[in-house]
Amino acid sequence: MSVLIFIDQADGHVKKASLEALSYGAKVAEQLGTTAEGVVLGTVKEDLAALGKYGIKKVHHVANDTLNHFDAQVFTGVIAQAVTAANANVVIFSNNVDGKAIAPRLAARLKAGLVSGAVALPNTSNGFAVKKSVFSGKAFANIALNSPIKIISLNPNSYAIAAGEGTAEVAPLNATVEASKVKVTTVNKVTGEVPLSEAEIVVSGGRGLKGPENWGLVEDLAKLLGAATACSRPVADVHWRPHHEHVGQTGLAIAPNLYIAIGISGAIQHLAGVNRSKTIVVINKDPEAPFFKAADYGIVGDAFEVVPKIIEAVKKVKGMA
Amino acid sequence: MKILVCISKTPDTTAKIAFTDNNTKFAQDGVQWIINPYDEWYALVRAIELKEKDPSIVLHLVTVAGADTDPVIRKALALGGDEAIRINADSQDSFYIASQIAEVAKQGSYDLIFTGKETIDYNGSSIGGMVAELLNLPYVSLATKFDLNGTTATITREIEGGEEICEVQLPVVVSCQKGMAEQRIPNMKGIMGARTKPLKVVEPAAVEALTAVVSFELPPAKAGVKLIPADNPAELVRLLHEEAKLI
Repeated sequence: MSVLIFIDQADGHVKKASLEALSYGAKVAEQLGTTAEGVVLGTVKEDLAALGKYGIKKVHHVANDTLNHFDAQVFTGVIAQAVTAANANVVIFSNNVDGKAIAPRLAARLKAGLVSGAVALPNTSNGFAVKKSVFSGKAFANIALNSPIKIISLNPNSYAIAAGEGTAEVAPLNATVEASKVKVTTVNKVTGEVPLSEAEIVVSGGRGLKGPENWGLVEDLAKLLGAATACSRPVADVHWRPHHEHVGQTGLAIAPNLYIAIGISGAIQHLAGVNRSKTIVVINKDPEAPFFKAADYGIVGDAFEVVPKIIEAVKKVKGMA
Repeated sequence: MKILVCISKTPDTTAKIAFTDNNTKFAQDGVQWIINPYDEWYALVRAIELKEKDPSIVLHLVTVAGADTDPVIRKALALGGDEAIRINADSQDSFYIASQIAEVAKQGSYDLIFTGKETIDYNGSSIGGMVAELLNLPYVSLATKFDLNGTTATITREIEGGEEICEVQLPVVVSCQKGMAEQRIPNMKGIMGARTKPLKVVEPAAVEALTAVVSFELPPAKAGVKLIPADNPAELVRLLHEEAKLI
């Protein structure tokens, strides 16, 4: 028996969300008194043996370059073979874009119970139950997994990366790879920007910023902090900002360490997407804005006066001024 | 060409989230039920747009729910679609729901199956992928654009830090999100017409759920906001740097 973790990569590099999944999976294995192993697909530019420091003993590598393009159907077939190779009874994914596409397929294929959006380690004191986020961040549910094989997909930014000592054995896996029925024609990636779902700090703007021409404030602060930028739904709806920046109940749900909301009132639908953030800062000129009730730090004031001063103060802290 | 759109009912986005029966059941008192926004605004409306362009398309809706969901299904039919199929069962877990939908999909031989990217209550993001696997079909998740040219679909989907455009031959399962279409309000003609559209009720297949809810819990309340005077934003930066150690 083992715990198998899917190691998601982009352009040959292991994603941060997968380092969280590895750390989590290693801990699950320890809880179950078994070992943790990883599986990675496609061409990798990193030293896979070094992933041992996250607590895994072995990395199954399917180094077939047709796997450099993601296809949920093809990946599921390959990972199912890795589950057999590792004799895994628990499979861990990050609940990121790829995990959301593969984990359910693998669950259906293996008739394995799936908890998607896990936020904590399983409770194995009486069976096997995993806590997950439900009602778009407004509550949690403890879900019992009753099948022989169990699949967990871990919400990004929910479990801290734990690096120690260790080297993993790299085991090439000669898996059958089906032909993909999905032909990728174009990939448009914004390089150099922090992906919103993986960002540790997010700076977000709302209607209080009055127009897209004022987003320089948000971008300047984000750049200084190494943060990703986001926005509220009304802002995306009027196309001040692209849809993929929309965080909230019907947009992306995020859980950064620090969420800075500028000119966002904090409607319940917005809070649903951001209330798993560890620290929330709200800057709003309306002292009655509901967001202040969900915030850790707040400034009641005009963003156009306050934010430039924050930018100056951050520069000082970072020794840039 | 036949399209199947999977819909689910969810509590309204402003519903108060509370639990009863020793925190094992969602408190339904006074809750307004709506069609899950991703299913309605993106999956259903995009399917309706495809049918408007090509009226020969047959558009069916499917849901797994008890009879109390019929008013929500009628609301969906008021937006569009030829027929709804209600699989007469309380939803259990995602594998149970997906298995039921896959049964209906097999019998109807659909060319295209749309789901929302997730429901706003369970947030499983699982039905599309599971249905695709059970039918052995390709699955394109988190789609933001969808176009059809004969039997070739061109789909734009979200990836981390960007988007990917792909082509796939039908049949395919697609999960839909913002960008696919714009929310619509049903008109009077649609509402009247929905009353007489077929709403077929089918009995569920024998499937065992693989997971079960043990209990619900609410997040701990926040300690309260620490307000910093507007004339001294540097104090906020100091607190974030020295107290919270976040920057």
